[in-house]
Amino acid sequence: MSQTQEKYVGQSIDRVEDAALLTGSAMFSDHLPTRSGTLHAAILRSPHAHAEIAAIDVSRARAMPGVAAVLTGEDVKDISDPFLIVLRQPILQWALAVGKVRYVGEPVVVALATDRYRAEDALSAVEIAYRTLEPAVDPEAATEEGAPLVHEAVGSNIVSVRDFAYGDPDAAFAEADRVVKLKISYPRNSHTPLEGFVASVAYDAATESYDVQSNFQGPYSTHTVISKALRVSSSRLRMRTPAFSGGGFGVKVQVFPYIVLMGAASKIVGRPVKWVEDRLEHLSGAAAAPNRVISIEAAVKNDGTITGFRFDQLDDYGAFLRAPMPGPLYRMHGILTGAYDVKNLAVTNRLVLTNKCPSGMIRGFGGPQMYYAIERLVQRIAVELELDHYEVIRKNLVPAGVFPYRAAAGALLDSGDYPAALEKAEKEGKLAELRKRRDEARAEGRLYGIGFAAIVEPAQSNMGYLSNILPLEERRKNPKGGAVSNATVNIDPLGTVNVTADSIPQGQGHMTVLSQIVADNLGLKPGDIHVNLEHDTAKDAWSIATGNYSSRFTSSTAVAADRAAKKARAKLARIASQTLNVPADRLEFGNGKIYAADNPDNAVNLYRVAGSAHWTPGNLPDDMEPGIREIGSWSPPELEPPNDKDQINSSLTYGFVFDFCGVEIDRDTGAVKIDKYVTMHDSGTLLNPRLAEGQVHGAFAWAVGCALHEEFAYGEDGSFLNGTFADYLVPTAWEVPEPQIVHMETPSLVTPLGAKGVGEGNCMSTPVCIANAVCDALGIENVTLPLSPNKVSALIHGEERPPPDGAEAPSAAREVAGNVIAGAGEAFVKSPPGEVWAALLDPEKLASVIPGCHALERVDENDYRAEVSIGAGPVKGRFKANVRLSDLDPPNAATLTGALTGMLGLSEGSGRVTLAPKDGGTALSYDYRIEVSGTVAAVGGRMLEGAARALVRQFFERFATVLGGGEVAVADEAAPSWWTRLLAALGIGR
Amino acid sequence: MPQLNRDTRHAISFTLNGKPAQGHAEPRMLLSDFLVHELGLTSVHVGCEHGVCGACTVRIDGAVGRACLTFAVQVDGKKVDTVESLTPEEGGLNELQKSFRSNHGLQCGYCTPGILMSLSAYLEENPKPSEDELRDMLSGHLCRCTGYVNIVRAVMEHVGNAP
Amino acid sequence: MKPSPFDYIRAASAEEALDGLAAHGEDARILAGGLSLVPMLNFRLVEPAMVIDISGIGALDYIRLDNGAVEIGAATRQSALERWDGIADRLPLVHAAFPHIGHYQTRSRGTVCGSVAHSDPSSELPLCLAVLGGEAVLRSAAGERRVAASDFQTGMLTTAKRDDEMVAAVRFPVAEPGSGYAFAEMAQRRGDFAIVALAASASGERVRLGVGGVADHPTVRQWDGLAGGALDDALNAFAWELGGYDDVHATARYRRELVRRLGRKVIEEARSCRS
Repeated sequence: MSQTQEKYVGQSIDRVEDAALLTGSAMFSDHLPTRSGTLHAAILRSPHAHAEIAAIDVSRARAMPGVAAVLTGEDVKDISDPFLIVLRQPILQWALAVGKVRYVGEPVVVALATDRYRAEDALSAVEIAYRTLEPAVDPEAATEEGAPLVHEAVGSNIVSVRDFAYGDPDAAFAEADRVVKLKISYPRNSHTPLEGFVASVAYDAATESYDVQSNFQGPYSTHTVISKALRVSSSRLRMRTPAFSGGGFGVKVQVFPYIVLMGAASKIVGRPVKWVEDRLEHLSGAAAAPNRVISIEAAVKNDGTITGFRFDQLDDYGAFLRAPMPGPLYRMHGILTGAYDVKNLAVTNRLVLTNKCPSGMIRGFGGPQMYYAIERLVQRIAVELELDHYEVIRKNLVPAGVFPYRAAAGALLDSGDYPAALEKAEKEGKLAELRKRRDEARAEGRLYGIGFAAIVEPAQSNMGYLSNILPLEERRKNPKGGAVSNATVNIDPLGTVNVTADSIPQGQGHMTVLSQIVADNLGLKPGDIHVNLEHDTAKDAWSIATGNYSSRFTSSTAVAADRAAKKARAKLARIASQTLNVPADRLEFGNGKIYAADNPDNAVNLYRVAGSAHWTPGNLPDDMEPGIREIGSWSPPELEPPNDKDQINSSLTYGFVFDFCGVEIDRDTGAVKIDKYVTMHDSGTLLNPRLAEGQVHGAFAWAVGCALHEEFAYGEDGSFLNGTFADYLVPTAWEVPEPQIVHMETPSLVTPLGAKGVGEGNCMSTPVCIANAVCDALGIENVTLPLSPNKVSALIHGEERPPPDGAEAPSAAREVAGNVIAGAGEAFVKSPPGEVWAALLDPEKLASVIPGCHALERVDENDYRAEVSIGAGPVKGRFKANVRLSDLDPPNAATLTGALTGMLGLSEGSGRVTLAPKDGGTALSYDYRIEVSGTVAAVGGRMLEGAARALVRQFFERFATVLGGGEVAVADEAAPSWWTRLLAALGIGR
Repeated sequence: MPQLNRDTRHAISFTLNGKPAQGHAEPRMLLSDFLVHELGLTSVHVGCEHGVCGACTVRIDGAVGRACLTFAVQVDGKKVDTVESLTPEEGGLNELQKSFRSNHGLQCGYCTPGILMSLSAYLEENPKPSEDELRDMLSGHLCRCTGYVNIVRAVMEHVGNAP
Repeated sequence: MKPSPFDYIRAASAEEALDGLAAHGEDARILAGGLSLVPMLNFRLVEPAMVIDISGIGALDYIRLDNGAVEIGAATRQSALERWDGIADRLPLVHAAFPHIGHYQTRSRGTVCGSVAHSDPSSELPLCLAVLGGEAVLRSAAGERRVAASDFQTGMLTTAKRDDEMVAAVRFPVAEPGSGYAFAEMAQRRGDFAIVALAASASGERVRLGVGGVADHPTVRQWDGLAGGALDDALNAFAWELGGYDDVHATARYRRELVRRLGRKVIEEARSCRS
């Protein structure tokens, strides 16, 4: 019988994870057991983008049934320190807001109760008085002199500026035939895993240590941030992560502030605490990829050759700089020239803070933004030089045969053949047919375009890349580089193999791939290998690079597992060599046996050999330790700290992705339809091709979302506008087409398995490829994502047809933009202006006409405070209202300023009402403008939009009513409208 | 059933995956929380709590429904099925589940039980859907990992409509 | 995201439900499919003292032909109407609208009457009801009244229903022989609420066009013998009359654009379906 062992690496074997997931037995974080007595947390978040916290009253909330504690920023500040950041800037952040809130969604109060329902009940009894401040929302405006400061102590919203130059960019631009320029703005978005954050923390006073269970995904450099914040050594912060997580995509590093929060809460109340993030919390407060403004220029020759790039990047990190920020700007640094052989490069990187949710680690991590600029610019070069876009790409690619290739900013491109990849994609993807399809469509008058994008996909981040943000002198003191990974192969007394590792999987199938690698090394089947990827910092090997990010698995943890398995194999071989009387280097492993290479019948079962290390350790070679528990660790030597010229090999491996697509735009609706999409990947050796394809599909789908649907929207006042999955538009099976994947495998030269990353490339290539196709279809210079039908319609439909003669266009004031509601109206009252005026200044009458007014208190002359219940359709809320009349011009006009605060959010607005005598009565006219934030604004998009808007509109109309305005509504017989009530209150009747 | 008081945990008896089950819940407790935290089911996953993502989809008296938009007290006396109900008598995976595995129709697996429950009902009504029909039905679920490609492949292969 | 506390009645009969409404008035909410109400409860946008569950009332779960209309009871799921064997012949417009109504998973629990009662301005079923000239049957402990769709929806999520009433049924007039019907909508994703939804019926030279998602409730216009440029003019006037509003998904201007462009298409399609 042949003993030849089948190799599993490279095969598309079924996943070992799937049985548990398909039958529902896999435990996600919310399913994990908690200690009895665990309290459940709910978090009250800021409805304001920017405000001082004047007072917080939690007394009523603390007294509610089942509530154990209600904590504020001051409580947390007492026992924790601000989060560490990479910059030396006074950007202080605790787990709860202290003194000031800086974004909608910022945690302000945490309630702890016997269950989540009661914890949320407690939040509705918390009273907070805010003094609102002007927010900085737009990144460019935030950089201007006089802009509101997010952090006063910094003195500016720009918290870091770094200039870099490589080669001789000035000469390149001076000598260029032409300079092609473009300014792009990349939106905020996130990969929004379906499972939200979970943090379950128990503080043990006896050992002064924290035991954390969380779906934290690393990088474990952040573990240091947590332990420092909680003022313990890292050994006293035990981090346990589950084997199953409901998607990570980078986002789940951002659970760390909540781990600190729950840790602090647990310490304060002396009980374990658990928090599960809900969807509104996630969308408003988890993290977003930074939005970025890039001005990019290329020095080009008339034949399309690019000789230099100039970047001016302004990256918006929201309200705080949280670890591992500003990774998105520096993770791509070494590869700023993309897939192109361009030696001259100038870069200015500016980091700006604004009153938005802090930016974070999201799949693609800086790549989508950077490649959007480069690949849009290359398309512009083709258009301006009247060259073919594909040919311009091909002309400028890093040529074949020069690998390893040192890119201008320091990336060491490990392997590849980009021109060959292009040709393969062109051929297999049938580019010529696509061009013909475009010609035919255009001949019929249809809007059809083709887009291209070529990118280099970096993987496994150099832990030293962020130090490039520091000046040379500073980083010389403490040079950082490398990326350590760990895995352990343990063979138990009965010879079964167990593997643990530091990959912190988020659904990619790491258990399966590790079982393939270890099985091949030990001559076993993947099913023989038990992989447990729960991770526990108290027991498992870990380092700062531990975690699931930067597509590191195949070139890090997988390599560590390979090394651990090779160590185990070497040990088994030495033991077996005694038994078989064959030198260890002459032994083979296969089908569960260890056998002599030249005489397969001379064999012993692997489990017996392994067992002997446990049962008869005395028989082991003298220098051999008993048992078999082998740790593989590795850090690739290529990941050096940045050099004195600011060059940094920011990642270990560099794959190549080339995409092209055809899109058609519906002339009536502006909808963009992806007609065909081809994506070519050279990701080195594929360890499991089916899983690699799955990664491509997933990245592609999110990228389609980013291109066409997904954006975190903020109002001008910084209110957050899409807090539901009905408003933040994740594409469904209907919207995502199947891409054609073309593969090429050029093994990496810097990782023993030859594999590169594969999970992020399309996040970088696809948004810009689709944008290029749309620009091609419409013949326009630039577009901004996402390409919603609304946005595309504005590009193709020209001036709107005016209203018919005699009809008036609705005034702009009647329209509602985002969270801003404005309007105007007129009404007629039979009483003369004097009487109406007097009625309006009479608090009793005012109270009687404010709908649902429970109590009206006069604060000052013409300044009132009231409690009101207002509703719209089914939606009802209880609010505190402040109403002020000013600019009095009796009895002709007055300005009304109002503010509402309540659990549903708040609104602020003002209006001017004028009274004019008419036919013995009064003609009232009014206009108003209000801004809404909080829950109503956040969920006020699609699903609940009607309710939220009606609520707010009705409220203001009632305000206007107080002033005698409002459109004359038809009163319902059973429920007199505010209008009839007003008239009744004025003693007028109808 | 009389009026149920808000502050009381009321007894709920129902049939869960073919077996009698009991628990207690206040009127406001969502079925999703009840199944996970009162009854310990690990197959029910909560993704949005407003009925959009589909991760918590179960069958209630045979019809698919969002557990996050249903109150536990509503299922008293009813029949609730979760993905555990798909396990064949002999154990292991049913044919559709096997097809998901062999086609890599899941990654993190968080959305998967909900999708399987929708499919279990849908394929009873439409045993051989076209790809368009299938994608239309799947649009009631969000998946962030797979790009849906392999979910579609798994189902089309299962129903014998693979290209 | 968990609801505030509420008391709960699982009503065994319509009378029980109406008694509950009579007793609790505006503090009570009717729960049928839960697709509209429960998200609002979870966000605490609605905090009723009492929830009255009518989903188990067998007597309200029906579809019947009655006096030239298809009457659908309050406990009838959307999926039941979707599968009703008379839908294509009797209610071709509703039949055409169904693929746009939510998803398979929401239609299986959501009720027809619940959608009408919720009265979202871009919902498909209220739009169909308005275009077809249907009615809502409102019942309270004191009695029953029928309200024409055009009078029922009074604004954004607001209706003529009193707090002690429930929508006990809706009545869709049966398709007129020889008439043509068509439905179109623009939504960003499959199954999303429409940015703009349009429903048209054509009978002889008469055309009725209903538009959802632009004004604060579905609005219907009727024209006779309009074609070519005159139709474009009429659609333009209608679009401006509806006005529209900006939100995170679309501008008022885009909404008006869709009324002009898709309005023409859907009218032409309805005309081509005339027999």
